[in-house]
Amino acid sequence: MATKPTGRKHPEPPAADGARDEPLSEIESAVEAVEEVAGEVVEAFEEAGELAAGAVRGTVVGVLAYLGEVGVLLGHALRSLRRGVHVGDLVRQMAVVGVDSIPIALLTTGFSGAVLSLYSAGTLSDYGASNFVGGIVALSIVRETAPILTGVVLAARSGSAMTAEIGSMKVTEQIDALRSMAISPVEYLVVPRLLACLIMLPVICVLADLVGLVGGAIVAATQGVPNSTFVQSIRLFLQPSGSDIYQGLIKTVVFGTIIATVGCREGLESEGGATGVGQSTTRSVVISIVLIFVANFFLSFLMFDQ
Amino acid sequence: MKPKIDIRDLHFATDDGKEILSGVTLSIMPGEILCVMGLSGSGKSTLLRCVAGLTTPSSGEIWIDDDEISRMDEDELVRVRAKMGLVFQYSALFDSMNVFENIAFGILRGPKRDENRKLPRITLIRMVAERLQQVGLPGIEKRMPTQLSGGMRRRVGLARALATDPELIFYDEPTSGLDPVTAASIDNLIVQTRDQRGVTSIVVSHDMGSIFRIADTILMLYDGEAAIYGTPDEVRASTDPVVKQFVSGDIQGPIQVRRR
Repeated sequence: MATKPTGRKHPEPPAADGARDEPLSEIESAVEAVEEVAGEVVEAFEEAGELAAGAVRGTVVGVLAYLGEVGVLLGHALRSLRRGVHVGDLVRQMAVVGVDSIPIALLTTGFSGAVLSLYSAGTLSDYGASNFVGGIVALSIVRETAPILTGVVLAARSGSAMTAEIGSMKVTEQIDALRSMAISPVEYLVVPRLLACLIMLPVICVLADLVGLVGGAIVAATQGVPNSTFVQSIRLFLQPSGSDIYQGLIKTVVFGTIIATVGCREGLESEGGATGVGQSTTRSVVISIVLIFVANFFLSFLMFDQ
Repeated sequence: MKPKIDIRDLHFATDDGKEILSGVTLSIMPGEILCVMGLSGSGKSTLLRCVAGLTTPSSGEIWIDDDEISRMDEDELVRVRAKMGLVFQYSALFDSMNVFENIAFGILRGPKRDENRKLPRITLIRMVAERLQQVGLPGIEKRMPTQLSGGMRRRVGLARALATDPELIFYDEPTSGLDPVTAASIDNLIVQTRDQRGVTSIVVSHDMGSIFRIADTILMLYDGEAAIYGTPDEVRASTDPVVKQFVSGDIQGPIQVRRR
């Protein structure tokens, strides 16, 4: 390995004193060896730094490029909306995306509400603040738990189904068949799924809010917080205008856009047979869930930061 | 007479720079059946996809009537695709729909959807039944694609392509994987469709028997270039060693299968 020049000057050995020549040359060679090792270490650090910088640069560029592609598909879908949507396709997708996902979304939110209530009722009762339980559970449910769980459940259940279905169509040339028949795949496949998500996620979220609160109320009652106190606390804590609930629903509209656009994009880009479709489906779920959490942070920051 | 399809110096290279088509030039007259043959990977399907507007070539021109389609975007292509029908190698039937819905889909959702949407249901049923009759499969409207054999799927694929009364039909390996009798019946359908409707056809195939049965002209692609472009008789009489080896199916000759 090449030694990196360090720019250090070595002291000249004293020429006059022959007896001290030997130890000095040993010191000198030791210094040289240390310099060589130091140069190698510096070089290794430089290489590692360059590699890391390249990797970060590549990742950032990759993420931006991906978001750009998803944005282009979303723009294309929104432009296609001008030509209208086939009502039959939309209703079918609303059933597949939404109605079929309701049980699992409600189950997860109901139990989450119950757990929230379990923790908060236990702790707050110790301090004589059990009349805050309902409010705390309600705020957590409508602002955070119900929207995010609805998003994650729908990404896992419906986003993956979208990618798998469209991906299978892609690898069996059905997408090419659509194009050859002058039917836009975006218009036929993406638009109804996007609209179905935009409509159904807020609907499911409202139901999830209700079931989460009911779950919370039931558990709170077992912890000694009467239902009337629980409900009164909800009234006290939630904005009378309903803005907490609306803002939670706004989140689900963004999550729905992410699920449909990423799900369809991954399906349309599937390649390589059954394995490729499987990989796209996994990618679709992972990317959707990550984007949902990132979007959730920024939306919470924008809407709830006092 | 003016050619229906005119391809000029067509090039196509993959993203990694591999040249698939290297300057293909040909003209197809109205009602003509052009068969494109060649080894696997010689660029046959790529040529077909370029002409159908599914793949954008690297350079060159593709004229269909008075439209140069190689640089058209999807919206502009709608008008040209209204003239086309495509029959895919594995049929590409929509597996969530039954046979009736597959065939009616292009009629109801294709470029003429605004006028066809007003069609009475009975007219639509009659149109689909007529197309199925034409391909020799009457009465299978309610079956799902998974319930059909390979040969039946190809025929339904052809019926779907015929649904919108195209002026051009492109067939991607329509007889591959079929038994000789079924393959001959598909060949018969291709010729019959041309004779009855005057459609111009491009058939990509490496089934030599089928090609010599149906072709008016033959293009053989070898390494992305035309090894020969002429009538079946000219191809049979060719002294080009590549063409001779391909037509006879010899192992010995200039075509080295192993290197592909």
